[in-house]
Amino acid sequence: MMLDEWALIKPADQLELTEAELKEEITRVLTANNPHAPQNIVRWSFKERTYKPILVIDQLAVHFVMEGSLVHQDSDEGRRQMAKEGVLEETLTVDTGVGFDEEEPETSVKINKHFAELNSDIYSSASKTDKKELKITNQFNFSERASQTLNNPLRDKSCHTEPPPRSNFSATATQWEIYDAYVEELQKQEKNKEKQKAIQTKENDDKSKKIMLMETQSNDVTKVGKAAKILERMVNQNLFDDIIQDFKYFEDESDEFRGQKGTLLPLWKFHYDKSRGLSVTALCWNKKYQDLFAVGMGSYDFNKQGHGMLVFYTLKNPSFPEYIYLTTSGVLCLDIHDQHSYLVAVGFYDGCVAVYNLKQKGAEPVYKSTAKTGKHTDPVWQVHWQNDDMDNNHNFYSVSSDGRVVSWTLVKNELVFTDIIRLTLNGVISEGPEGAQQPYIACGTAFDFHKQIDYLFLVGTEEGKIHKCSKTYSSQFLETYDAHSMAVDTVKWNHYHPKVFISCSSDWTVKIWDHTINTPVFTFDLNVAVGDVSWAPYSSTVFAAVTTDGTVHVFDLSINKYEALCQQSVVAKKTKLTHLEFNPIHPIIIVGDDRGYIISLKLSPNLRKEPKVRAVQSFQTRISADLQNYILFREDKVMPDIHYSGPTKHGRKQMAH
Amino acid sequence: MAGTGEGKKEEADYKRLHSFPLIRHTDMPEEMRVETMELCVTACEKFATNNESAAKMIKESMDKKFGSSWHVVIGEGFGFEVTHEVKNLLYMFFGGSLAVCVWKCS
Repeated sequence: MMLDEWALIKPADQLELTEAELKEEITRVLTANNPHAPQNIVRWSFKERTYKPILVIDQLAVHFVMEGSLVHQDSDEGRRQMAKEGVLEETLTVDTGVGFDEEEPETSVKINKHFAELNSDIYSSASKTDKKELKITNQFNFSERASQTLNNPLRDKSCHTEPPPRSNFSATATQWEIYDAYVEELQKQEKNKEKQKAIQTKENDDKSKKIMLMETQSNDVTKVGKAAKILERMVNQNLFDDIIQDFKYFEDESDEFRGQKGTLLPLWKFHYDKSRGLSVTALCWNKKYQDLFAVGMGSYDFNKQGHGMLVFYTLKNPSFPEYIYLTTSGVLCLDIHDQHSYLVAVGFYDGCVAVYNLKQKGAEPVYKSTAKTGKHTDPVWQVHWQNDDMDNNHNFYSVSSDGRVVSWTLVKNELVFTDIIRLTLNGVISEGPEGAQQPYIACGTAFDFHKQIDYLFLVGTEEGKIHKCSKTYSSQFLETYDAHSMAVDTVKWNHYHPKVFISCSSDWTVKIWDHTINTPVFTFDLNVAVGDVSWAPYSSTVFAAVTTDGTVHVFDLSINKYEALCQQSVVAKKTKLTHLEFNPIHPIIIVGDDRGYIISLKLSPNLRKEPKVRAVQSFQTRISADLQNYILFREDKVMPDIHYSGPTKHGRKQMAH
Repeated sequence: MAGTGEGKKEEADYKRLHSFPLIRHTDMPEEMRVETMELCVTACEKFATNNESAAKMIKESMDKKFGSSWHVVIGEGFGFEVTHEVKNLLYMFFGGSLAVCVWKCS
């Protein structure tokens, strides 16, 4: 079987056998007989004297022999060795050998020395002896050791950019929606067109209005107007700083050495370029805003009549007027309402009177008289506001060369006129060819209303007469003063003394009157035509006059009744001074000339002395309500008794401030 | 007949009056809006009969000018709800009957 399977590998010397031979079973019986042992060994027997076959053949074959080193412990040699080794052998034999010795002494193990050494580890632990065995190094007795460092920990990181913001949108597109959208859009467009048209027309209107304004009142830049105005005043304040300092603080110390005389210090000079060729015909301070004054521009020359101008200056801005109004005719007179300081009454050369309202924009007056409403037929020489009438309507008076004194009342939108008096030349008999008696008309040139007695007023005429009139009698005069030989230029009541008034004329004289006496109390001949005269507001005895030679005269009757305290020429030669006005509060005067310039002058301390208190009690009775405006520092002023030959010589008090 | 004549006239008027581009909704900046609108008008006029071509032209031009990815819908009647990047949407009418929606969403 085995040969079959392994038939492929055949040793070279294998027997060649047939199938039959291979299939033959060979029975082998294993016995203890050595097949190689000879069977026919014969030995000579000496006893029988023949060769006799030996039947028992030694079957043993020895292959290896080694002599052992083990010694039985019970043997002598074993005992000797143990004795030699000492206790170890004894214990060993004791411990191990108990069972063996007793039960199987024949088979007990003899432990030799080497055996004991090899198993010393085991036995040492079991033995109770303290004897130490040397540890034998063992090349197989080792251990492996390993260590690991800490690995860096791992970490994941990631980031996202924010996606662009998104939103949703949804709609539907249909034909009808598209159509509706278009129709709506078209309607919107049409509306816009209409609006634009409207705006355009409005703009056009505005433009035309602006052009009109520009013609009259510079550019209407309303938005920056206020800021520009402030800036302009600041610039002016810096430019005219020295003048402002003079105005406020300068007092002429040389007055002490001048005795009674005084001087005038020129301050600002006002001029408006477009008023070139016009002369100053009227001046008036605003009672409420004491730095503001009005100037009327026109001409006194009959041959040079043309347009006029009404301008308002403030001391805070000397370089340009605050308000400018162009007029078609020359302005001859004006007056600012005491309470309503925005109302300005103006009289023109063509006989018209008008009222301007500073609050309202526009170049036209709010009221103007027309031919239908009783305008004067000749130049209006003076206008004056009155107290409101019983219906609380504002009203003013005017006087003109046509001989009428007219009261004008502001009713709603129109001026209502009332003739107060018609001036006639009393005592002049007409010498007409027919000899018909005709009342000749006297030409009024100036008037003034009594400060306390409401009905009483004075009218100066071109003939040189002054009539004392009453508002209630239109036909006759209460009194007529044969005052001047030429036209009366100004007539003015004293601010304090209820009986005294002053007049001036082109006949070179200034006269002071007591209205109860027909002849003048004082007459001052200034040797040149006098343009204007005015009482000082701070003293009853001080007045100033301007003359056509360009000189300002200041008098104080309580100091010198005969000569002026100051005669100072303030303009270039050939320039005529036309008007003069005292500031109601500040110690300055303004004078206007025929070239359109207005000069402000400061009075030196000598010119503004106030009289000392003389008899307050008796004096106070003479002061009426009108004085209450001035009461604080003026109640001690006294008009010296001018009826007597000499004024009382009493000490003078310097002005408190 | 008169009625139909008027109708025709109205139609003509309508076509004449409603030919302008009308932006219905947009959140684009001024410059971009004007450019996009002009592009849409050009495309719709160039491919008056082929909305697909017009849309393709618009889309490709917009991708070039303002970066991808733009989407364009042109049609006479459709509804839509889209998510778009803000400041990148234009919905307009044109020629009286076309609605164009252009938006960007990448």
